[in-house]
Amino acid sequence: MGERVSRWPARLHVVTGKGGTGKTSVAAALALGLAAGGKRTLLVEVEGRQGIAQLFETEPLPYKELRIAKVAGGGEVRALAVDPEEALLEYLDMFYHLGAAGRALRKVGAIDFATTIAPGLRDVLLTGKVKEATTRSQDGKRAYDAVVLDAPPTGRIGRFLNVTAETAKLAKVGPIKTQSDSVAALLRSPISSVHVVTLLEEMPVQETLDAVAELKALRIPVGRIILNATRPALVTAGRVTKAELKRGLAEAGLPTDAATVTGLATEVKDYLTRQELEETLRAELTETGLPLVELPLLPRGVDQAGLDELAAALMRA
Amino acid sequence: MGAGTQSPSAGSSTDYSGVVGEVLDVDGLLADPAIRIVVCCGAGGVGKTTTAAAIGLRAAEVHGRRTVVLTIDPARRLAQSMGLSELDNTPRQVKGIDGENGGELHAMMLDMKRTFDEVVQQHTTPQRAAEIFANPFYQAMSSTFAGTQEYMAMEKLGQLRSADEWDLIVVDTPPSRSALDFLDAPARLSRFLDGRMLRMLLAPARSGGRSMFSLVTASFGLFSRTVQKVLGAQLLTDLSGFVAALDSMFGGFRQRADETYRILQDPQTAFLLVAAPERDAVREAAYFAERLVAERMPLAGLVLNRMHRSEVTGLPAEESEAAADELDAAGENQLTAGALRIHANLVRQTEREQRVAATFTDAFPAVPAVSVTAQPADVHDVDGLRTIGALLA
Repeated sequence: MGERVSRWPARLHVVTGKGGTGKTSVAAALALGLAAGGKRTLLVEVEGRQGIAQLFETEPLPYKELRIAKVAGGGEVRALAVDPEEALLEYLDMFYHLGAAGRALRKVGAIDFATTIAPGLRDVLLTGKVKEATTRSQDGKRAYDAVVLDAPPTGRIGRFLNVTAETAKLAKVGPIKTQSDSVAALLRSPISSVHVVTLLEEMPVQETLDAVAELKALRIPVGRIILNATRPALVTAGRVTKAELKRGLAEAGLPTDAATVTGLATEVKDYLTRQELEETLRAELTETGLPLVELPLLPRGVDQAGLDELAAALMRA
Repeated sequence: MGAGTQSPSAGSSTDYSGVVGEVLDVDGLLADPAIRIVVCCGAGGVGKTTTAAAIGLRAAEVHGRRTVVLTIDPARRLAQSMGLSELDNTPRQVKGIDGENGGELHAMMLDMKRTFDEVVQQHTTPQRAAEIFANPFYQAMSSTFAGTQEYMAMEKLGQLRSADEWDLIVVDTPPSRSALDFLDAPARLSRFLDGRMLRMLLAPARSGGRSMFSLVTASFGLFSRTVQKVLGAQLLTDLSGFVAALDSMFGGFRQRADETYRILQDPQTAFLLVAAPERDAVREAAYFAERLVAERMPLAGLVLNRMHRSEVTGLPAEESEAAADELDAAGENQLTAGALRIHANLVRQTEREQRVAATFTDAFPAVPAVSVTAQPADVHDVDGLRTIGALLA
């Protein structure tokens, strides 16, 4: 366990990545992995996508922390879909004891208004809720050993996490300001870490590099770059001759007609082109100096067994 | 596992005709002078911008149409390939294209903030506009409001259409959380801008603090007090200032959004759903298709990007893998073993992609579709776009 803590030292893990890179799966796998050995973790989503529910094939998640998976060794993962309106009501209730008045506010659309007028305000509420769960204590113990946030994608992550700057434009004093300052401090402390999920494809890698630069400029600590869906090299030779393929096919008792041989040669050539591109991209990511974690492609898609496999791979990394 | 074993599925793994019902005729669409707008929509990361650019290029080169592509957030290298180096609300002619058929390709990147500024300037006096621009709420909203990008994309589309300078306008939609945002966000923004809440904030100023609806006044008072408590008085002052300044423009926002919405319902428009063969992207495309049907918007078809295919028809995945294992065990012909594994993976991938694609085509058998074969490397030059365009058509 000590080893695991040193490998994933933060308590709040923010997982971002370009859309389509599998950040929700990686976030879920991380929450599962960190729950091993009798721990309790919380997996949070904030974009109203119900991605966690789809991944675990459950009913849409309410605004409540519910157990979504049991982990061998007595650990468990809870999940929470933060809704900005609910978060605002909870916040108002916590600080101002509004109760029924809060519901009245919702009726006239005030909540909708307040959370849409300023996206910065909305993000303070969302990140504020994540902070609350991360720092919450129960009976003198931490409520969660780790919190994993399935965060907005790379294109929006800087703005989302840079809550102070966004709200400072609007609220110069008052409780929202205090709240956003405390969230900003948490996100810049060693307690939290942002991980960027990417595929070895041009656009996701470019966005990863952009996001890393942006977060560094904001002094928000970046943990690891997670390469998702990687495959072991099947062929390493630089060149494939048809004669060689034909010989091999004959040896295996397979058809050796021209169409088959040419077709296979083309597939190998495309594969090598792809591999070369992937190596270039991997080198670009290595240059950031951040640790890279490689997760295997799951040939059967992401199911329960697949998530467990990813969780194990993350914990080994 | 003998080499001669013929599994029942042999051959079917590379049969693509089963994926789609009717094949989408992109060339037919682009050649039709009655089609003036093509909207490419779909989830983020499915290649919408590339598809939009490839379609624009083909319309110009093959069909000789004077075409403009409105991109929202193109990848840097793709933008550069079209000669776009910065956000710029002016269409720029793309160089290096074949103009033999009399076509032209122009491209522009949406500058959301500048478009918003232009809308404000058009609807109010210079003095009022200056006040609005200085307000911190306007600054926050015009650059970050969720939905502003969608609203401004629609606004820009409306402007391009009414200028009537183009044979064809190809629109890439913003990289939204959901493809539906493109349709919903403008209405949400205009509802917000001329909404009840803003009226309430304005009400005391307008009626000298007295309102016919005491209930509204009561809840407004509560609202206002709460906002003051939570956000502070300065913020409320800024907000009221913003609201008052925008007051004169209320009708304008909604009217413009409504007008563009009507253009989208018109038969001069063709919606192309763009998806990659992944579960989420296809589900998103299905939501969007349902919605387009419900809104009576002209859905032309589905573009399935990045579909893999294998030209080798006689080698099923399982057989290839078994043969690769045999070759490895014999310790020779490792290259062929690798080639067979590459082939087996490719066949499995095509099968998986076809299953995913079928979830859409089964649900919408009447929607024509076209598959675009995955390219080994990403597209970021005009030649690459031309290739994609040819695959599409």
